[in-house]
Amino acid sequence: MELFRIKNDIPFMKYGRLTTAISLITFILAIFFLATKGLNLGVDFTGGTMVEVSYPQAANLSEVRSAVQSLGLSDVTVQNFGTSRDVLIRLPLTPDLSIAQISEQVMAVLQKADPGVTLSRVESVGAQVGQELYENGALALLLVSIGIMLYLYFRFEWQFGLSALIANTHDVVIILGFFAFFQWEFNLTVLAGVLAVLGYSVNESVVVFDRIRENFRKMRNATPAQVIDNAITRTMSRTVITHFSTELMVVSMLIFGGEALHGFALALTIGIVFGIYSSILVASPIALYLGVSRETFVKPEKKDSPEEALP
Amino acid sequence: MNRYPLWKNLLVIVTVALAIFYSLPNLYGESPAVQVSSSKNHVQIDNALLARIESGLKEQNIEYEAIFLDDSGVKVRFSNPDTQIRAKDVLTQLLGNDYVIALNLLSRSPNWFNKIGAKPMYLGLDLRGGVYFLLEVDMNAAMTQAAERYVGDFRSTFRKERIAYRGISREDQMVVINFTDQAELEKAERIIRRDYPDITVRASGSGGDRTLTASLSPEARKRIQDFALKQNMQTLNNRVNELGVAEPIIQQQGPSRVVVQLPGVQDTAKAKEILGRTATLEIRMVDEERNDPVTLENASKGQVPFGTEFYVDRNGQPLLVKKNVVLTGDYITDAGPGLDQQSGESVVHVTLDGRGAGIFKQVTRENVGKRMAILLIEKGEAEVITAPVIREEIGGGRVQISGMSNIKEATDVALLLRAGALAAPMEIIEERTVGPSMGEENIKRGVDATLWGFIALSIFMIAYYMLFGVVSVIALTVNLVLLVALLSVLQATLTLPGLAAIALTLGMAIDANVLINERTREELRAGLSPQLAIKVGHERAWNTIVDSNVTTLIAGIALFMFGSGPVKGFAVVHVLGILTSMFSAVVVARAITNAIYGYRRKIHKVSIG
Repeated sequence: MELFRIKNDIPFMKYGRLTTAISLITFILAIFFLATKGLNLGVDFTGGTMVEVSYPQAANLSEVRSAVQSLGLSDVTVQNFGTSRDVLIRLPLTPDLSIAQISEQVMAVLQKADPGVTLSRVESVGAQVGQELYENGALALLLVSIGIMLYLYFRFEWQFGLSALIANTHDVVIILGFFAFFQWEFNLTVLAGVLAVLGYSVNESVVVFDRIRENFRKMRNATPAQVIDNAITRTMSRTVITHFSTELMVVSMLIFGGEALHGFALALTIGIVFGIYSSILVASPIALYLGVSRETFVKPEKKDSPEEALP
Repeated sequence: MNRYPLWKNLLVIVTVALAIFYSLPNLYGESPAVQVSSSKNHVQIDNALLARIESGLKEQNIEYEAIFLDDSGVKVRFSNPDTQIRAKDVLTQLLGNDYVIALNLLSRSPNWFNKIGAKPMYLGLDLRGGVYFLLEVDMNAAMTQAAERYVGDFRSTFRKERIAYRGISREDQMVVINFTDQAELEKAERIIRRDYPDITVRASGSGGDRTLTASLSPEARKRIQDFALKQNMQTLNNRVNELGVAEPIIQQQGPSRVVVQLPGVQDTAKAKEILGRTATLEIRMVDEERNDPVTLENASKGQVPFGTEFYVDRNGQPLLVKKNVVLTGDYITDAGPGLDQQSGESVVHVTLDGRGAGIFKQVTRENVGKRMAILLIEKGEAEVITAPVIREEIGGGRVQISGMSNIKEATDVALLLRAGALAAPMEIIEERTVGPSMGEENIKRGVDATLWGFIALSIFMIAYYMLFGVVSVIALTVNLVLLVALLSVLQATLTLPGLAAIALTLGMAIDANVLINERTREELRAGLSPQLAIKVGHERAWNTIVDSNVTTLIAGIALFMFGSGPVKGFAVVHVLGILTSMFSAVVVARAITNAIYGYRRKIHKVSIG
């Protein structure tokens, strides 16, 4: 079975301006939503308490809400979580109740309302810890981006490092934009997913760049645009197949993983799909624009570099 | 040309065999168990104990699956939770207070597996159920307490050296001493510098209003903080034992925080109560001179004489107790409930350590006929438990505290005291609890996701790449088994995100095989001979595989450094998965391909779709 037996190179780079423009628009949209709606940060980052309980039959949300509010807390969110029997209660930090007390009191008050309730999960994070997790998360994101860019700079050339960074930052921002738009919860696990996407997305760029470099050495009379077109066309098969395979695993996670992994699986799904787009149609045009050419790889003065293609 | 040297083939076979073997323990499942360990240093866990337990269970007709002894205690496995609970009750009655009897889930794998390091994966709390606390030690309180102690010490030193001062008090965490005379101030300064190396003094003021401010040096501060943290951890250790938790984790995190993980704990309220209670025992002298009704009356209204505090004891009698602490709970080595021989009342028997016994002996000697107040301080609130009269010098460090209303109260107080006093109170700043059923659900979900994804992926690969697809799928299976074996042997914590990472790793690992297969196909179409095409396909793909895996590795390592808890679990699996996938996708797949095609003289058709 072969889905991609393409005879001629597809002239991707001709549409380079168009594809880059499209991604710029989506990028701006994502920033817009991030700025206006903002991310729905989980308790990991804001501090506060999240209690997940399960009832033997469909839960009465308004009852639950009034029970919890009787503790004197105003800013309480109560919603279903997965099935109608599971309820997620979110409480803000309050100076009156300590972390230790809050989950006990919530359970006590819920049990009074309905003795059949069972505790599934509690996550209670103090203000300082939340702040630290938030800062650490942002730092991790920053460091991964820098680390990857440095690696690509050493492995290929600066044009590739920069274009890959731009393309992949674009991916991350798009994912965050989706989360802001749909107000899906953004917690530590989702952040882990985003970082995994970042690593994965760069994979794509690397495969294409590798091929571009090989082509520049082999195709002596072609223009840079033609070289890149050829590289992308030849690797398209592999790109789509790999993404499809990974997507199979991620979709399986989306279906079977339950609510706890839902945000994570969503981040991955979006990231992988947009990853194809950005690696092929954003990173390469930017590299082209930055002046990538045969001279970038084959220095005329120097002796044959040790990076010669394999026999 | 597509032939691996013998050593490479052997390497592959041995690695795969080891991987299969070391991932086997995970297949055995777990059974409810009871674990008996010792809470005291002098109590031995040995075969004699095992025999006792065995006969005790047999007597009560309790059937068990297995019983064995290892470093952490005697373990008994049962077939269902009801038997487990019954066994726990029987053993608690039989063995009494010297042993900690805990409920646990133990793997059913044969015991000898353990001896060669083959264990099932270590499940995190979100897969096992249990409680995670992050506690912060209130260092300020520790410093304040230290300063208070110095006030008393200085006072007695000044008295001994006959230094005249106008007043001495504690301000925040510093001691402020007022002088009218400059010479006296300098004398005091000299003495403090000589006798108290931990203190730094600063003189200020002039005329008739001179002050000496004494504070702890930075080194001393750090030392006290370290000590407070270590002591708290020790206390937590003891208390957690009392809770009957098997395999608790108590770890320092940073300079002032402690992580406590209690797997399998269901009653979080009780856990928090016992952990959160900061009981300090203080022994102070009652202020006999001012114990007349008038002063007491005024004191109850808020006019407390200098240097004392007002309390009402359990019988309702008012007391003025001196602020100076004679003895603190740090010196307690043991405490237990009991009955007074003569009165039949419930009492607490307390044993003090050597230094504590010495101090206590001196205090009781110097104060015969006077009353001594024993205070229990919990979360900043102090209560006078009892204020007995010192009839004689009490040596040997054995103290009896009366005034308990019943044996249950005596047991509770003894529990708090036995676990030791906390040098500084602790507060819970983060809590994550997972109910037991949720833990099981999470495992099921993670396994389902991985399994179905794997099946779908395999079908697709085989359909698309035919025989090479089969090779890829076999390599992927080896990857999974190798990853599980590594996680089991390293006993890395597996969390729900970690399970997701396993699924993700498989999805990403297939990339390497796709690269190889696609390249091989391309070379075949370009006209290369089959053997050459296979060779070139693998070699050309290798560079790209390395590059792409390194970038994913960078992301994984960053996650590991900055993540916490479940996210760290994700990072560990992710990083290990990359390493195993590089091995299996390249080396193992090539070995199999070589085995199939390498030895054929002439290949007519390569089954690559």
